[in-house]
Parts: sequence; structure tokens; C-alpha cells
Amino acid sequence: MPSWEHFPHEADIGVRGQGDSPEVAFEQAALGLTAVITEPGSVRAEEAVTITCEAPSLDVLFVDWLNALIYEMTTRSMLFGRFQVKIDGLRLSGQAEGEPVDRQRHEPVVEPKGATFTELQVDQNDEGQWVAQCVVDV
Amino acid sequence: MDITSLKQTSEDQWELPATGKMRAPVIFYADRALLEGMDDKVREQATNVATLPGIVKASYVMPDGHWGYGFPIGGVAAFDADEGGVVSAGGVGFDISCGVRCLLTGLQAEDIEPVKEQLADALFANIPAGVGSTGRIHLDDDEMTAMLRGGARWAVDRGWGSREDLERIEEHGSMQGAEPEHVSQKARHRQRNEMGTLGSGNHYLEVQRVAEIFDPDIAAQLSLAEGDVVVSIHCGSRGLGHQIGTEYLREMAIAAAEHGIDLPDRELACAPLRSEVGHRYLGAMRAGINCALANRQIITHLTREVFSDVLPKAELPLLYDVSHNTCKEEEHIVDGAKRRLFIHRKGATRAFGPGHPELPGQLRDVGQPVLIGGSMGTESWVLIGTKEGMARSFGSACHGAGRRMSRHRAKKQWRGSKLIKNLAHRGIIVRSVSMRGVAEEAPGAYKDVRAVVDSADRAGLARKVARLEPRVCIKG
Repeated sequence: MPSWEHFPHEADIGVRGQGDSPEVAFEQAALGLTAVITEPGSVRAEEAVTITCEAPSLDVLFVDWLNALIYEMTTRSMLFGRFQVKIDGLRLSGQAEGEPVDRQRHEPVVEPKGATFTELQVDQNDEGQWVAQCVVDV
Repeated sequence: MDITSLKQTSEDQWELPATGKMRAPVIFYADRALLEGMDDKVREQATNVATLPGIVKASYVMPDGHWGYGFPIGGVAAFDADEGGVVSAGGVGFDISCGVRCLLTGLQAEDIEPVKEQLADALFANIPAGVGSTGRIHLDDDEMTAMLRGGARWAVDRGWGSREDLERIEEHGSMQGAEPEHVSQKARHRQRNEMGTLGSGNHYLEVQRVAEIFDPDIAAQLSLAEGDVVVSIHCGSRGLGHQIGTEYLREMAIAAAEHGIDLPDRELACAPLRSEVGHRYLGAMRAGINCALANRQIITHLTREVFSDVLPKAELPLLYDVSHNTCKEEEHIVDGAKRRLFIHRKGATRAFGPGHPELPGQLRDVGQPVLIGGSMGTESWVLIGTKEGMARSFGSACHGAGRRMSRHRAKKQWRGSKLIKNLAHRGIIVRSVSMRGVAEEAPGAYKDVRAVVDSADRAGLARKVARLEPRVCIKG
């Protein structure tokens, strides 16, 4: 089952996505990233932004994906609530759908500063599910 | 934290001797209770720092040490370029030069009580805070470059402050050696709408009352007396600093092996000081420091505008401005010899003692004010740097209370609206765009700041001067 969750870190917050493939795990973790800021279900899919990244390893690609989302969120002053990811080798092409931040409706909690290499992991667990996670500095 | 393997050398000093790949010991400055309350990850991270090339004397943990990423927060380490020393993007962190600035007001607590709500509303309306807020000042590329070179000096030249302000800021308001050409277009783009914004998370602007004086002589020299009103601003280099951190951390993590550096944790990403990437990072990071100094200067200007409307008799000169997440080249005496070292302070405050040539004339005999931020419902502190601290921690001290509970747990434990109501009963007015944000920053999620400053004082890192209580808090 695709899912996301937050895991504790003393100063910041961990985001973890899980699914049948790395793509789904990345998409779910992106929802977890949005949930650091607001309730993902409150974000309307009004506008799509395309994201591409390339990295020397799958886990660095995951950090790049989250950092690309943080960059698009802060420079466009948008929140995203729906994600599609395709990974070809170590190249990612993705799409994030969302809307401009509405401070009354979204009540944004905190802005992520960057995705870190702390607790970084992209791997299959014992049940064969892909897990993608890292700590996000807020 | 398991402290059984630590050797206690005084009430507030503990040592973990160098073993295995460690090139230096770890020295913890904290009392037993603070130390036992730290996560085991703090020891692991401080030990990892001790394995980095060119480290001098020790990897230090301040009394507010907590689990960070790469370095512990409250971590201090010095590196010597001549001995293959490194600069670590992970050791500086994402929010380059995040810091605290304190302004005097010339007001007494009774002056603000009748207008507290009005003051809170005006500050909240005029100082952009929280996610989605944008600043009033938008810089084109040339102005951005000038800001990155000049820091607070640039802001003062544009009319946002006075020359006197600059003397009360580390580096006299302008970090030398900044190389804006090494700051990417993406970092610049991220800053376009963020000049003069507070940010979010643990960032704040507080109107505070001096509640208690511990050293009347030093307090008088800093123009602080019981009952005085001050304003403290906690924020950093905003999106520009975050993007510099993101980009260089990735580059250094991937390139570490090429430099022959075996990273025990990729987040410790570093490069030799005398490498091409090390040089570029230093230039960009110093530009990030200037961005933070300019940002706090603009927020100071906005604060002065608000006070001139609400309380026209107020004047708001700077007490001091300290930076946390930095790597600075400084001269220190090590075993009797003068050495130029690169001091990383991650969630730690520079705390130069009296007589230090970097201090402005008025503070030369007093020492550097060390501003310690607490949580919104508790208290903040003014300390003063000591001569002993120069030798004990390369002139460094703690920076705040330090979290004792994750945001994850805090938001489950508290409700923002109830916290705000409870604080209001105690006369503390809080303004924030996010109730969940208030819950995540609940006073109970932080360690007892008093225990932290007591320990720093006993350890001789900095001496207590004054305790400040919040009256109005604008949450980022």
C-alpha cells in the first residue's frame, strides 16, 4: 500500500514514503514533505510544474527530488498536493500539481529549508516494499 | 546519552578520549543532567566530527547540544588549513548565519503594557513572517551582488539603519571574503522575494522585559537595567542560505572520496580548505553570512518604523548581533602559539572575551554580548564572553535552549490555540499564522534554557548578565 509518514528527529523532521516501486515511494515522500507544511488534502491541483533531476545514486536522486520540490515551492510560493514520478536509470522526470499558498486556508506551519543526507535511505524492506526517507531541515 | 565512557574533568566538563579513527577527543560542556538528557546521536555526531582531517584540539559540544545532521547542533570545531583541515557545508548547515539581534528601546515595561496588543498587531502586520510571506524589497541581480558583498553595511548605505549599528554586529556588519560569483542563480532566485522576512520554525521577533540582572556592572555597560524593554530578532539567511547549503552539501558529499576523505556520515560533507570546492564554498558561505546580516538589518528598520508609530519616544539602538551557523577564519592561541584557524560553529554562538581586537571600542574591555534565545513562553538571556572561554572552546558558547522533544511529538502533545491562551494569561501576546506551528514550538518542547546558561556560566564559556522575559512574540 502506498503510504507516507513522518518520523522523529530531535530538531527537525523525517519524511518517509513507501510503495511498490521507487517511483511510488518518492511520490509518497513528497506528500510527506507537503504534510510538514500543511494538510496535503487541502491543496488543490490547479497548476502543474515539471521537475527533472539526475544523480549518481538512487538515494542522492531522492534528496535531489525533495530539494527540487522545496525550490519550486519557495520560488513560486506554491504548495503541491499531487505528484507523478518516472525514474529511468538515475534520471527522474516528475510532475507536481498544486496551487499558490493561501495563508488563511492552508495555515502553513513551517518552511522546509532543505532535504538532508541524515537518515537517508532508499531501499526495499523485508516485505518487498520500497522505502524512501530522509530528514528535512525546517 | 550513555555517559559511562566519558571522563568527568569538572562539574560541567566531560571528555571522550580519542580512539579508533578519531583524531581528537570530544569535549562536552554540560552538567550531568543535561548530558544524560542528550540523545546518543549527539555523541555519535561529535565523534564523527573528531575524525575529520586537520581538526585542532577537540570536537566540542555546548550545553544545549542536540541531535543535528552531520555536526550536532551546539557543535564547535576548529580546522587548520596547513594541516589538511576541512571546511564542512554540513558543519555550517542550511541556515547560514542564522542568529539573534537585540535592540534596546529606552522604554520601561509599563510603557508597553497599555499598547501591547496594538504593538503586536503592528509588528505582525509589518514584519513578513511565516510561509508564503514576501518582503517589500526586491533586488535585481546587481543589487543582490552588492548585498552579498556588503551585508548590513549595504543595508545601512540604502538607508535602513545607521553607522552606529554596524559596530554592534559581528564582522562590523560586513563579512570579508564574500564571493557572490560562487552563489548560484538558483540561490539568488530563491532570495528575490525574501529580503527582510523572518522565516518560520523557531524564528521569531520578541518584545522582552529585562526581568533580572546578574552582573550589574556589565549590565550597566551594556545599558541594561531591570524593567527595561528590549527587542530580540531571531532569523537567518533565508532561501539564499538554504540553497547554498543544499548545493554545496551535495557537491562535497559526492566529491569527498576524491579528496581522500572517508566520511562516517555523508551529512558531514566537507572539502579541504585548500581545495577548489572548499574555496568556492567559503566565498559563497561568507556571502550567505552577509545575506543574514542584511536581512536582520532590514527587519531592524521595519521594527523601528513600527515603534515610531506606536511608541514614538522609543529609540532602538543595537545591543549586539550574533551569528550561529558559520565557519570563520580567526586567530587563536593554541598551546602558546598563535594560529589562524577555521572555526565551525553549528548552533553555537561566538563568545569573544574582553580585550579581543575584533570587538568595537565600547565593548573592548567588557567582552562580546552573547545572546541566547529561549522558547516563546520562557526566557532569553544576555551573557558576556570570557577570557577563559577563548581557550576552552575557541571563544564559543551555547545558542539556545535546544529541543528536548521532536516536532512530531510536540504537535501531538499540544494545541496551538490553547498554548496562546495560556500564554496570554501570563501577559505574553503571541501572533502567528499557524496554530500547528505554535504547537511545534511549544515551550515544553524545549530544554530548560536556565539549566543551559547556568552550565555555560559554570564552565566559564560565558557569564550571565541578564534574563529577559517575553511580552510580545511574533512567530515565524
